[in-house]
Amino acid sequence: MATSLYSASEARDVICVFMEREGDTLQRVSLELLSKGRELADEVGWNLAALLLGYERMFPLTLEAFSAGADEVWVAEHPLLQTFTVEAYTSAAFQVIMRQKPSVFLCGATPNGRDLAGRLAVKLRTGLTADCTDLRMREGGVLVGEVTGFGGGVLALIETPQHRPQMATVRPGVFPLKPPRTERASSTVEIISVILDEAQVRTRVVEQAVGRGADITQSPVVVVGGRGIQGRFDLLRQLAELLGGEVGATRPPVDGGQIERERQVGQTGVVCRPKVAIVCGASGAFQFTVGIQHADTVIAINIDPEAPIFETADYGVVGDALQIVPALIEALRNSREPVASG
Amino acid sequence: MAYVANELHLVVCVKVVPKPEEVRVDPQSRRLDRAGARSEINPPDLNAVEFALQIKDRFGGKVSILSMGPPFFEPYLRICLAMGADHVYLLSDRLFGGADTLATTYTLAKAIHRLEPVHLVFCGEESSDGATGQVPPGLAEWLGYQQITLVSDIEVNMSQGVVRGRRERQGGYEILEVPLPAVISVKTGCNEPRFWDYRLKPWAFAPERVTVWSASDMDVDPEFIGLAGSPTQVVGLEQAPSRERKRIMLSGSPEEVAQQLAARLREVLPLSG
Repeated sequence: MATSLYSASEARDVICVFMEREGDTLQRVSLELLSKGRELADEVGWNLAALLLGYERMFPLTLEAFSAGADEVWVAEHPLLQTFTVEAYTSAAFQVIMRQKPSVFLCGATPNGRDLAGRLAVKLRTGLTADCTDLRMREGGVLVGEVTGFGGGVLALIETPQHRPQMATVRPGVFPLKPPRTERASSTVEIISVILDEAQVRTRVVEQAVGRGADITQSPVVVVGGRGIQGRFDLLRQLAELLGGEVGATRPPVDGGQIERERQVGQTGVVCRPKVAIVCGASGAFQFTVGIQHADTVIAINIDPEAPIFETADYGVVGDALQIVPALIEALRNSREPVASG
Repeated sequence: MAYVANELHLVVCVKVVPKPEEVRVDPQSRRLDRAGARSEINPPDLNAVEFALQIKDRFGGKVSILSMGPPFFEPYLRICLAMGADHVYLLSDRLFGGADTLATTYTLAKAIHRLEPVHLVFCGEESSDGATGQVPPGLAEWLGYQQITLVSDIEVNMSQGVVRGRRERQGGYEILEVPLPAVISVKTGCNEPRFWDYRLKPWAFAPERVTVWSASDMDVDPEFIGLAGSPTQVVGLEQAPSRERKRIMLSGSPEEVAQQLAARLREVLPLSG
């Protein structure tokens, strides 16, 4: 069997989390991973490291990584790391990993995170468990990743027993964010110099428009529309606004161009963890329900009493969402105690 | 690497998967029971095939379909020929079995090297069985190609030897340009895959349209393929538990139901005056 570039015995007892950065802001998924990483590291008595790549103004981000749970922050600064390109980031992360030899490397399953992890795993000749829905450590320092397959119908536990680092990606919203720490046992910053060549970076960013759209993963209420609402997202939007939430959608309306893709909930969309998900006119396919499985309360409205969505709902209403939703808006507006965003 | 515009060569990686809703885990053996499940072309891969065919329609060239799997994949892959692709390469060998992302991307990359010159390699965003989306970047790394993932629109400039893609990201997009050759992962649902042309069917089902390569036909290191080349191991498998929900059905007129729902919402959401 082919081996990874460093072995389990050469690896250090460290869990490393890649810090995804958009401008001067750390992405929430990276902080969620530090929260989870802290828990895993404490279980086995290891250190938790944050890997920060960028250029200038890195100090505030270092502090943020510490208060999110890191014991060590590994910083690599280079002008070519100012914005993400897969070539520069893969090369820099590879150099840091080969020097620090962490046993575990975690990364958000975001578009850039996946690009990076996919390339890194090949470069390091190691295993990658993508899109984990849970992570734990078992004896011997082996990371166990739980993943869903076949649209969420099947759960698999996956390990990389011999190769290092053991790599895993996790989607935004899968792990809760823990409150920041005020005290910590250790806090080491390591500045690691990386060698990058401009000629390596062949991706040219022609235009960029990110960070302006909706992020429904953070919303306390998500009102989801399926095929059955016949494109009436205006109605759902009124309800969502009244409840301080956001509108989401299943795949058909997104594919049909009735709503932006970033609002798609489910396997090929986002996993959200709202207090309440109100699902209107969606049948409840696996591929969708995986995206609302973390909701505290699920309300389903569907005209078909046999729709599988009722199996995964706390409260079900058999009826036409286009009638029920306006009535609900009315009822909420007329209630003595107004419900508003909290 | 200089690429001349005389003939574009587009490779599309395609997988045949069991229909997700028909797959069960056998409670005794804890193995996937695919016997009862029908197969289909991984739906996101059809978006990739359509993407390549649209480029062929505009610029000419040829489209090769590349897949790794058992011989029963063949008739499914021929559907891509009847859609307009030119040839199918199926990597089929017991030694390829049990491959994870690392071994799969290694094997596919070896085949793509054999098919060179190649200008663009298209992949679906992810497979419906594994759904990890890690094949395209892994493939690009083995090949030493550039990559643009999650692409919904593409422009090929053959005279400059570059490809420009609109990459969809959470809350926005970006337009990236990379030199050829490149791996492109196609955003699921970004186009409407064409139906296969029944007139092409006899042509598509002619034996010579499909080339099957076994491990010995390819320059592969046995340590890097199949189970042997796969660092990850599946150590447990189970039917996903459906989270226990209350499953309370509310009934009445729309107004009555709305009142009940409003009351439930007030219980679980913060109130403010």
